[in-house]
Amino acid sequence: MPLQRWFDQAAQQSESNGDGVIAGAPKAWGLIVARDKWRLAAEHMAAHGGRLLSLWASRDGNGDDIVRAAFIASPGVLVLSLPLTAAEVDYPGIEQWFPSAGRMQRAVADLSGLRITDADTRPWLRHAAWPESYHPLIHINTPPSPAVPVIDNYAFVLVEGDGVHEIPVGPIHAGIIEPGHFRFSVVGEKVLRLEERLGYVHKGIERRFSELPMLSGHRLAARVSGDSAVAFSWAYCQALEGIAAAHLPPRATWLRALALELERLANHLGDLGAIGNDAGFAFGLAQFSRLKEQLLRATQRALGQRYLMDFIVPGGTRLDLASTGTLILIESIESIMAEVDTLRTIYDEHAGLRDRFVGAGVVTPALAAKLGLTGLAGRASGQDFDLRCDLPCDPYGDLAPQKTVRSEGDVAARVAVRFDEATESARLIKRVLRHLPIGLHHVPVSIPSEGALGVGMIEGWRGPIFLALETDGSGMILRCHPHDPSWQNWPVIEHAVIDNIVPDFPLINKSFNLSYSGHDL
Amino acid sequence: MLKTLRQICRTGIVTEPPPLSDDTLRVADALQSRILEVLGRALCIRAIDAGSCNGCELEIHALNNPLYNIEGLGIRFVASPRHADLLLITGPVAKNMEVALRRTYDATPDPKLVVAIGDCGCTGGIFGESYASCGRVSNVIPVDVAVPGCPPSPHQILSGILTAISKATGD
Repeated sequence: MPLQRWFDQAAQQSESNGDGVIAGAPKAWGLIVARDKWRLAAEHMAAHGGRLLSLWASRDGNGDDIVRAAFIASPGVLVLSLPLTAAEVDYPGIEQWFPSAGRMQRAVADLSGLRITDADTRPWLRHAAWPESYHPLIHINTPPSPAVPVIDNYAFVLVEGDGVHEIPVGPIHAGIIEPGHFRFSVVGEKVLRLEERLGYVHKGIERRFSELPMLSGHRLAARVSGDSAVAFSWAYCQALEGIAAAHLPPRATWLRALALELERLANHLGDLGAIGNDAGFAFGLAQFSRLKEQLLRATQRALGQRYLMDFIVPGGTRLDLASTGTLILIESIESIMAEVDTLRTIYDEHAGLRDRFVGAGVVTPALAAKLGLTGLAGRASGQDFDLRCDLPCDPYGDLAPQKTVRSEGDVAARVAVRFDEATESARLIKRVLRHLPIGLHHVPVSIPSEGALGVGMIEGWRGPIFLALETDGSGMILRCHPHDPSWQNWPVIEHAVIDNIVPDFPLINKSFNLSYSGHDL
Repeated sequence: MLKTLRQICRTGIVTEPPPLSDDTLRVADALQSRILEVLGRALCIRAIDAGSCNGCELEIHALNNPLYNIEGLGIRFVASPRHADLLLITGPVAKNMEVALRRTYDATPDPKLVVAIGDCGCTGGIFGESYASCGRVSNVIPVDVAVPGCPPSPHQILSGILTAISKATGD
């Protein structure tokens, strides 16, 4: 089987130079490939059910560029590295097998200056604030900003024909939402084409990481996308603890799982209300936002914060859970979930909601597989994958979460997956609280004398969070690349809205609820 | 329908009393009472994410839940800066958002108030100033009240908003 061959090669490389196994997440291997094998590997991955996790650029100790791509397939995770010499002006793109790679490659060009052979070379994260010749992950000195801030002239694809007109929306939207630009080409109310323009909240996160010591990077990781703070900070710490060969006590990993499931439940409650509201059912927003508030207050009383921004730290968790906290959380979860059951019946039986939800924003399983739709939205479109079940890190092997997969791929399916996952998270939270191992919740982590590459992978509420961390021997971060599943899912929304009416866009968009900040970095 | 009505009755009214204004959050000088007369007792807010991690947005959203019930205080989030009395701004200002933020400020009719939310809005936070970030909101537009926190709680955000629309003590 061609897929296994690449993993075998990685294992062999590991025997010859000890470099093949990558620290951090379970079952991760690294393989250095030559230019001619880069695309072949991608082709094999795509042909045998492999998924692209992320694509980014880095530099080795000699200052030579390296392009890396992480894939996940049945044997585990494979990080391919393609070293480039100074003479090479471009590298081969893999967009033809993994459409989501297109924007990642454009971001690499903006931040590291490496060009692809693929067709679309428009800038992505770079707007007009810095010149094309400046590459923030390479050049130390920041160029002066334009004296008067300007807006670039982005080359949107123009749709022409009888009665076609454009509706530009954003970057600032008519609600309490993150900024981004949407360009609709419509006939009447029907959407012919949507083109997204993102990057507005790019604030230099990757560059900022490389200015931090490795033992403080988790705070920045938690702020890549605030709604996924636990998932990102855990992924960061997983990579770091792999590099530092730190072994966590069971209580620490169980407390992290508690935090991750609380984060998932809070986000799902918020989304269920907001999706109902976007379908004109204000009752749903009032009820679910009240339940979410109850959960956040219980979290604060038990763990000290409403949102667990700084709960996960290298070596474990910042705080332990007291027995009073356990009682508060159990009581709160049980009362919230009893109401969620009632509300689910109301949502399921409400004719107006069903009318808006069913058949809106459909992504068929075949299209989802082709475009690489991932995470929660992927599971609503038949993509049977959840890191917690398929590549579990501690303690998910013991917790044995149940996966929800549906095949309709519409707003109704994404709502149903949220209900199922909220219920499952509540079950996991209670299980953690009742069986929390005794012992330490934190152990010291020492800085290793040699730098290394580590990866972290955590199933956040939106989907798989991936993070690659490279450190040097003095405890500084050389390069940290956090990757939100929104990178994979944003392009799919462009397909999901085709032939829907413009007024359904907010509903469809909310049913995905993707991160702008996590994508724009 | 019966289930919905039963749920509404069972829930009842859960709104809590609002916090007091807090003069320590003031950045600019005390407001002229004339502005307060113009704004009256109803306030329209335009929320703008100028580069936040979306953590502050979560807590601003919470102001609309029945426990804080911000609309019950006569305060409403609106869809256009042209309808707004107060801009509520989060994030370090991303350079890619600088033009949009300036234009939004210019589009807001005078007299207007600006409240910066969160550590990033107050100081640039963990992101600071860089090739991609202008840092604090007041580096780009004038700010009246700044509410620290990462993210600040809904209570603190509401207190900041109420501070902006109340007279400074001793005024």
